[in-house]
Amino acid sequence: MAFSHKHLLGIQDLTSSEIVTVLDTAESFYEISTREVKKVPTLRGKTIINLFFEPSTRTRSSFELAAKRLSADIVNFNLKSSSTVKGETFKDTILNLEAMNPDAIIIRHSCSGAPHYASTFSQSNIINAGDGFHEHPTQALLDAFTIRQEKKEIENLKVIIVGDILHSRVARSNIYLLQKMGARIILVGPPALLPEEFNKFGVEIDFDLDRAIQGADVIMMLRIQLERQAKNFFPSIREYRNLYSLTTERYRRAKRNAIIMHPGPINRGVEISTDMADCAKSVILKQVENGVAVRMAVLYLLLGGKEREGMD
Amino acid sequence: MRVWIKNGRVVDPASGTDKRLDILIEKGKIIDIKPKIQARGTKIIDASGLVVAPGFIDMHVHLREPGQEDKETIATGAQAAARGGFTSIVCMPNTDPINDNRGVTEYILSEAKKNAVVNVFPIASITKGEKGEELTDMADLMKAGAVAFSDDGMPVQNSQVMRRALEYSKILDTVIIDHCEDTNLSSDGAMHEGYYSYLFGLRGIPASSEETMVSRDIILARSSGAAIHVAHLSVKGAVELVKEAKRKKVRITAEVTPHHLLLTDSLLERYDTNLKMNPPLRGQKDVQALKQAVKDGTIDVFVTDHAPHTLDEKDVEFERAPFGIVGLETAVPLLLDKLVKTNIISLQRFIEMISTSPARILKFDNKGKISVGADADLTLLNLKKETVVDVHSFRSRSRNSPFHGWTLTGAPEMTIVGGKTVFSA
Repeated sequence: MAFSHKHLLGIQDLTSSEIVTVLDTAESFYEISTREVKKVPTLRGKTIINLFFEPSTRTRSSFELAAKRLSADIVNFNLKSSSTVKGETFKDTILNLEAMNPDAIIIRHSCSGAPHYASTFSQSNIINAGDGFHEHPTQALLDAFTIRQEKKEIENLKVIIVGDILHSRVARSNIYLLQKMGARIILVGPPALLPEEFNKFGVEIDFDLDRAIQGADVIMMLRIQLERQAKNFFPSIREYRNLYSLTTERYRRAKRNAIIMHPGPINRGVEISTDMADCAKSVILKQVENGVAVRMAVLYLLLGGKEREGMD
Repeated sequence: MRVWIKNGRVVDPASGTDKRLDILIEKGKIIDIKPKIQARGTKIIDASGLVVAPGFIDMHVHLREPGQEDKETIATGAQAAARGGFTSIVCMPNTDPINDNRGVTEYILSEAKKNAVVNVFPIASITKGEKGEELTDMADLMKAGAVAFSDDGMPVQNSQVMRRALEYSKILDTVIIDHCEDTNLSSDGAMHEGYYSYLFGLRGIPASSEETMVSRDIILARSSGAAIHVAHLSVKGAVELVKEAKRKKVRITAEVTPHHLLLTDSLLERYDTNLKMNPPLRGQKDVQALKQAVKDGTIDVFVTDHAPHTLDEKDVEFERAPFGIVGLETAVPLLLDKLVKTNIISLQRFIEMISTSPARILKFDNKGKISVGADADLTLLNLKKETVVDVHSFRSRSRNSPFHGWTLTGAPEMTIVGGKTVFSA
């Protein structure tokens, strides 16, 4: 199997065949979560730490369930209960946790590069669960898994990513992944949240959602942080909604059967209307479901034994 | 005792000298310069094969004392300067407390007199507490020994305050040094804004934050007729503004650091906090423009912006690390290797930018030149010597340099301050 990384820090470090390996592995794990007994002994005896310096329910629970369904032991540390509030440095926090001999540390941090920094002094496998505006690799992998499930092939699909590109780690990881898999990507958003130099990523950019959505196979909406308005990235939620919200009317311009994605949590009635979020073409909850299988695959590929024992 | 420096290649841009000369020093002054001096009862320094230059002056240094002696003290900063070939250092006022009153200025000077092996000249702040609101008692500060004014690190945002400071500086015949940054535009940025900040997911400091303030300062310097010195120029657009202002005879000068000339934002991919400084490392086209500006005279001075920080402060997440790197012990080898050896600039021009010009801007009348009657501050260079930068060998109390491990040709061989050898390789 072509996957020989110690850490999963970002999609940038993966080749397309490694991405396929993760997705294929996730497919083989997918069924476990549908069983009566949702557990296999694959990672029995492994210890994983979920270290979250930012609030998260979806990603943290997804990693936790993924670990548990593989029989690993997992411990959660959240910012509020961690000692960073007591003035301990990030490095010391990691070194202290590491003294308890975990096998992997999953890190969510508001500073870009924090997991990379951790990997320079940590002995454990580091898994990036989202760092600043930089990367969120497992989100991009579960998005790819979902697209593949719905569209079979990623290659040549027209994917639009809409919203706050500047501050989005989800957008970046998706750009890298979808690009490696041969999709055509158009980024859409207001100029302050979509600087022109994003075209150097090898993607198209468009400030006009009505134009960009035409013929799209995949519509990926991003959460708009309401506090961005306070810094004048856009004038008001009302304006934002008028220009960039996914509505039924706008959806009609997309390709027939275009799927609607969102990494969550959604702002109903802001970046996406409720009827769009809940419609048959919305795969938002499938993304969440697939997240567990994809994270099982990531944990397995980084921590798993040589044999895929206990798969059946 | 007299000191006789024999057989050196004396390079003095102030007089256009570049030839083999002997120099005789007595009581801290140069008393004779001749092709062949005959003297008895002197200490002899054999400068054969070495360049003898007027002592180097770093007009942008953070000494951290008073207040942050864990990073640097006046004594250790001066030691680092001596080792780096600098005979004079000019220290910024953002200490704790801020150098905004006679008490702090006098403290720095008295500590320097006791403990510093090189000359230390304090810069006082433009505004009280570097808050950008109320002007300091500038005349009193100058009388106490301040040589210029700057709110480096917390630049004056209010244009009216800057205008008043410039106007007032005219009675004192001094210079205002501005760290040009519109802090609304840079806000909480951690690196240069552009493709690489988008790639690495870091908040950006746009070129416009520097350009906006440089253009404001040019306009205010022109309308007030006062002298402005632009600290650590880093972007192409600001270089162009300074060039145009000089053409229009605005009283403006500018400085640049080795790191802005040699490193770019693309290097930040490993989130190395020793590559984090303000202004940040910029793009390739900025580096090209800075090099050109050094060549064509748009930029007057080399400075280090020596900014010591402890290992602990830098051993954190990139966005949480403080800005700044040390530079006193690497600047001369870096510039000799990367600009002089490569013939981007001549040795004369290099010495002009690191000694003659800062002395001129700061009105150090007896420094920055090798002439009879001048202070016997001399930097001896070995242009052939190869050194490897090793942060563990630094005399500075801090180690935050991105140049660790670089092999460089050309290094200070000896530093002489007031006739006294304070460093010898």
